[in-house]
Amino acid sequence: MNTWIIIPAHNEENKLKEVVSGLNRNGYTNIVIVDDCSGDNTSTVASNSGAVVLRHLINRGQGAALQTGIDYALEQGAEAIITFDADGQHCAEDISKLIEPIEEDKADMVLGSRFLNQPSNVPFIRRLFLRGGALIFRLFYGVKLTDSHNGLRALSRKAAEQIEITGDGSEHASEIIEEIGKKRLRYIEVPVTITYTNYSIQHGQSSWAAFKILFKMLMKGFLR
Amino acid sequence: MELIQILIVLFGLFAFSRVIIRFKKKDIAQGEFIFWTLIWLLVILVALLPNLSFHLAKWFGVDRGTDVFVYLGLALLFYMVFRLYVKLEKAEQGLTKVVREVSFEKK
Repeated sequence: MNTWIIIPAHNEENKLKEVVSGLNRNGYTNIVIVDDCSGDNTSTVASNSGAVVLRHLINRGQGAALQTGIDYALEQGAEAIITFDADGQHCAEDISKLIEPIEEDKADMVLGSRFLNQPSNVPFIRRLFLRGGALIFRLFYGVKLTDSHNGLRALSRKAAEQIEITGDGSEHASEIIEEIGKKRLRYIEVPVTITYTNYSIQHGQSSWAAFKILFKMLMKGFLR
Repeated sequence: MELIQILIVLFGLFAFSRVIIRFKKKDIAQGEFIFWTLIWLLVILVALLPNLSFHLAKWFGVDRGTDVFVYLGLALLFYMVFRLYVKLEKAEQGLTKVVREVSFEKK
């Protein structure tokens, strides 16, 4: 299966090389790094890693970077697309589990969950926000999940063609869930491991971002 | 005439002159020009004839003249912020599209 890995990256020079070589070790060579106008050496590190590098001239946010990567992968004839974080919190070993349901045509969207069938190592406050987010998705969009805002997902070509990320910033994760509900895509969650390091926590979103996302979700409903 | 009246009239004239300049440069459409002209003329008129606001308030069923303007002003501001939000959101999405296209071309 023609699989492409999309890594949106903004100031991730430290971990990026490691992330790409981890993917290579697991046999993934179709990698697109979308450098979202980083101020550090992300661009050089990305080019040296052997991946395809797309550069945003202006910082447009993670959602925009993902859509750029998805558009590119579709052009390359991708049959499955994986979204992967640049900060090293995802495990390349988990990808095969994500692709499986797409290969077997059981799902269009496969979402990684850090809570499904496993004891979780997620810090308490974060757990609270993530599970609360999952509950809100269920109420808003009718999509039943155990985790929210997990950056590790797999999209079938069909899903990638249908999903449209218009929110540039961190609200893209909720937008993707909304699209699943609206376009009635088949979805499934699979357990994945998230490595919380000081680095990934610093580079990740603060829990307060959740309120910003909720505001954007409400405004979007209002604009329609 | 009170000082505040003079200040409001001067400011109203200044704002109105900006509206005219903008219209002449074709930065704003005719509809917008009429809208803003009416707004600033009303401001000047009310500043010169404070009693007008009293009658207006009575007509609206509000106690004090100034209150009418506070209510109307707030409603107008909210509406304009909302419009700005929508416009900004659209502009941001357009910008993202351009940035994306450039990233493909420069690959």
